[in-house]
Amino acid sequence: MFEPFYISFKLASITVFILFLISLPLSWYLSQTHSKIKPFLEALTALPIVLPPSVLGFYILVALSQNSPLGAFFKDTFDISLVFNFTSLVIASCFYSLPFMVQPLQSGFESLNKNMLEASYLAGKGKLQTIFFVALPNIKPALITAIIITFAHTVGEFGVVLMVGGSIPGETKVASVAIYEMVEIMDYKGAHIYSAIMLAMSFVVLLSVYTFNAKHKRKFGL
Amino acid sequence: MIHINISKKLHGVCGEMSLDIDLNINQGEFIALTGASGSGKTTILRILAGLEVAEGEIKVHDASWLINTKSITPQKRSIGFMHQENALFDNMSVLENLLFVKKDLELALRLLDLTDLTELQNRYPKTLSGGQKQRVSLCRAMMQKPQLLLLDEPLSALDAKMRSKLQADILSLHKEFNTTTIMVSHDPSEIYKLSTRTICLQNGKVIKEGKTKEVLLKSQGSQKFSFEGELLELKEVDVVIIAVVAIGQQIVEVVVSKKEVSTFKVGQKVILSTKAFAPTILHPSL
Repeated sequence: MFEPFYISFKLASITVFILFLISLPLSWYLSQTHSKIKPFLEALTALPIVLPPSVLGFYILVALSQNSPLGAFFKDTFDISLVFNFTSLVIASCFYSLPFMVQPLQSGFESLNKNMLEASYLAGKGKLQTIFFVALPNIKPALITAIIITFAHTVGEFGVVLMVGGSIPGETKVASVAIYEMVEIMDYKGAHIYSAIMLAMSFVVLLSVYTFNAKHKRKFGL
Repeated sequence: MIHINISKKLHGVCGEMSLDIDLNINQGEFIALTGASGSGKTTILRILAGLEVAEGEIKVHDASWLINTKSITPQKRSIGFMHQENALFDNMSVLENLLFVKKDLELALRLLDLTDLTELQNRYPKTLSGGQKQRVSLCRAMMQKPQLLLLDEPLSALDAKMRSKLQADILSLHKEFNTTTIMVSHDPSEIYKLSTRTICLQNGKVIKEGKTKEVLLKSQGSQKFSFEGELLELKEVDVVIIAVVAIGQQIVEVVVSKKEVSTFKVGQKVILSTKAFAPTILHPSL
């Protein structure tokens, strides 16, 4: 009965993991560069916030379908279809939730004292060591915010998932899509239960982020 | 022996200027770099540290740090750098800050002992006072036993008492480790106490250079006392005119003649001097 929730959380966990790996170098670069392409990259990254999910979903479908070069390549080489399965959900989610990972990390890195980073370089430490031992530990609230909000946002997505993944039970039918279908077939009891669970969990997640950040602020006297 | 011959275009407050420096520094020297703000002092330190690019040549003993525009990264230079403020790693304790530079517990404890910080070794930077932070910063800069110690106005944000404690620490570590030190400073007493050679900069060029005592004590004329100050007010009291002048933290009143008044303007920089032959020195508590 709770399979859609399981799929939602599996999808969100994998998305957070992949997005963290992608966003770490991207947000670091954006926070340190003065290059002219920075505004373009920032605008591209922020697009999923303003685009209707249907637009995003449509382009992802077009790009991944077997008629596209990418889709054809995966079909011919690995015999994998990139649409209407779990893999396509992960790809779509990574686009859809990208700004929610990049933006908190970027503003966290930007708020870091430049002197601190320079001191690390002058101590003979390279960029990687500086990021992992100096930068990240000093932006814990931003890091936690990025991870939790990305997770929650992925659990909460609906339009993109429906377009790219469809609603295959046990494969692509996530909680939000399940609720939509219950309402359609007028199973209001099921919709109530699912919705209440979603509401409660989302609130608890957000509450924990804000509580952690407030505690962190008090602890370090920021 | 350190040889520096660098040039760089700067966008200063008064438009474009070019920084041109040609210097030789001997091992163990303590150089003070002074001059108005925007004259390029900090930029020189940052170029030496590899934090900014420049053209020219930097040779430290046998190693080339910069040839033409090719330079080695800050990581590969043997540099101890002390920022003006706030450069400690906030996520690490005092001791961890030192050990992050180099895993040498013995040296870290010795440095903390030399600067009376042993008791604070497990505290985090956010819980330290400004002076304590700068002492930790100094210790951390010494952890690599650097060939070149660069101090960028490290004491400017501290009060007088803390300053003199830190000045003593800087000097004792400079001697203890026989390092070569370059310090940016505006404070003549600090420069006098610490440095062996003073270099004055203006608009990116060296305008005065020599032994600290000669550079600082040499003044124009034969006056014994000479202070620079800012003219705050000219007020007429009965038949005389009194000029109120701010010198450092003190406000002084001086009588000026009607004739002199016409040449002064409030807000102007003025020099107050006197030819006293037997000045009296009093302890401030008397």
